[in-house]
Amino acid sequence: MSVKLGVPSKGRLMEKTFDWFGARGVGLTRTGNDREYAGAVDGVEGVDLVLLSAGEIPRELAAGRIHLGVTGTDLIREKLVQWDQKVEPLAELGFGQADLIVAVPSCWVDVDTLDDLDAAAAAFRAQHGFRMRIATKYHRLVREYLRQGGVADYQLVDSQGATEGTVKNLTAEAVADITSTGDTLRANHLKVIDEEPVLRSQATLFRSRTAKLDEDERTALRTLMAKLDV
Amino acid sequence: MGVTIAQERAEAVRLRARFLEAGAENVDCAILQPAETLLDLYGEDIRARTYVTHDPARGEVMLRPDFTVPVVQMHMETGAAPSRYTYAGEVFRRQEEHPERAPEYFQVGFELFADDDPAQADAEVFALFAETLAPYRLRAVTGDIGILTAAVAGLETSERRRTALMRHIWRPRRFRALLDRYSGRSPVPPSRKALLAREAPMESAGPAIGLRSEAEIAARIASLREDAAEGPLCDSQVALIDTLLAVRETCSFALEQLHDIAVDMPALRPAVEHFERRCEALAARGVDVATLEFEASYGRSSMEYYDGFVFGFVPTARPDLPPVATGGRYDALTERLGNGRAAPAVGGVVRPGLLLQTGERA
Repeated sequence: MSVKLGVPSKGRLMEKTFDWFGARGVGLTRTGNDREYAGAVDGVEGVDLVLLSAGEIPRELAAGRIHLGVTGTDLIREKLVQWDQKVEPLAELGFGQADLIVAVPSCWVDVDTLDDLDAAAAAFRAQHGFRMRIATKYHRLVREYLRQGGVADYQLVDSQGATEGTVKNLTAEAVADITSTGDTLRANHLKVIDEEPVLRSQATLFRSRTAKLDEDERTALRTLMAKLDV
Repeated sequence: MGVTIAQERAEAVRLRARFLEAGAENVDCAILQPAETLLDLYGEDIRARTYVTHDPARGEVMLRPDFTVPVVQMHMETGAAPSRYTYAGEVFRRQEEHPERAPEYFQVGFELFADDDPAQADAEVFALFAETLAPYRLRAVTGDIGILTAAVAGLETSERRRTALMRHIWRPRRFRALLDRYSGRSPVPPSRKALLAREAPMESAGPAIGLRSEAEIAARIASLREDAAEGPLCDSQVALIDTLLAVRETCSFALEQLHDIAVDMPALRPAVEHFERRCEALAARGVDVATLEFEASYGRSSMEYYDGFVFGFVPTARPDLPPVATGGRYDALTERLGNGRAAPAVGGVVRPGLLLQTGERA
């Protein structure tokens, strides 16, 4: 059998990953036609390329169905309970940088810290009769962050896309989302609160701690890691 | 180790029989509870510790994390004080941080709803648990959240600050952060300074979007200004809270210390007298208060709905295990569930699985 390397199957993340491996003498290419998710690895023996959605790579790593995988730290932390027992980060790849942040309407001039957010949430609940809604798709990370920050009287509402629009559409009062430049937030009249982000994320190469290796695979993995210098 | 579900159930039934003997009525409740009620009570944090699932017709439902809320609801609909209830059944808790802990286990409970003489009711419940658990190697710890709330209510500061502190009684770290800020021990954040320095902070704030209105924002700014004008909370007041939270003694000595603290904080007196009456009631039921432990901060971080007497029984030989039994008074919970109508109550639960796991009887 061979070592399985999971890489995001499309877009900029895939291209940048290919570049990163290419610069280290490992050629990754997609094979077949444009729509077929198949790939090849040149420059090292016994490694198979598995093209996957970035969101599924954490699960596949944790289950040991792939040995190595490239995905964002945010996805690893959100999707894996006790992530550090299941995967080991080998290298930060220097792209795909994004912070998971909490943002509120810019007109909330009285809210800059988590302290403020908590006080605003208490008053909001008293006024409106329900807990202040924060739209996100990163439920576990955001909940833990707000718990640590001592914020109460809020609720998380699920938003799988266009999260920045939820405030204007009156389906949430605040948002917690990934941002790289903040342009989308500003365009939607939101500001990032003045605290450490929930998480600083970037594309990272992870090794599965659970995937089994036979002798050949062990050799192939060692060769690949030496070549990548990780 | 390996306690089977059948053994756990048999132990639960045995414990319940003890509570039935003590005059309790047997009750049960649905495993699927409406999530909304519990989320509104405990906040979003509880999701990390419970199983929430979705039903297309009922919306979000939760596998019962305990029996207390449904039992209170049942009592408030049909019961009259005094009432004693017991139950035995599985509860469900997600264990993200501790995968080695059981996510499903039995609880056997005893709940007493009584309008008169809370000290007697507290003592009745504690004595029943102490007697039931006497054969095991367990250490009993008690506390009283009511003493801390009385201290906060007695602080010489604004109503707004007292309310904010009261809201975070069960979040010790946040409570501490608020005390530090009110007393000036931690600096005012620069963003707050800048906001207060501006004459018309609402100008050039960007378009008003969302449900939180300009009036609400203006109201908070006004209250921040009032708070800044109020000046710091006196150091001696903070020191009193610190001294109070540090009380960790046998009940008899704790009582002496609390009487001393109440000299400087007269608002504490009714709560301390209440503690004294409870000690007397416990002694009258054969509990040795000269050796019973009391910790003023006990139950603050893990028992969020208790607002008076709290207790726990922890295995002496197995500090890695959670308490085998916990309980306390939860008057405020009944008031919230009853929309202002309270049904004073005190109760507790035993975990038969842990009892079997801690092994031999002493």
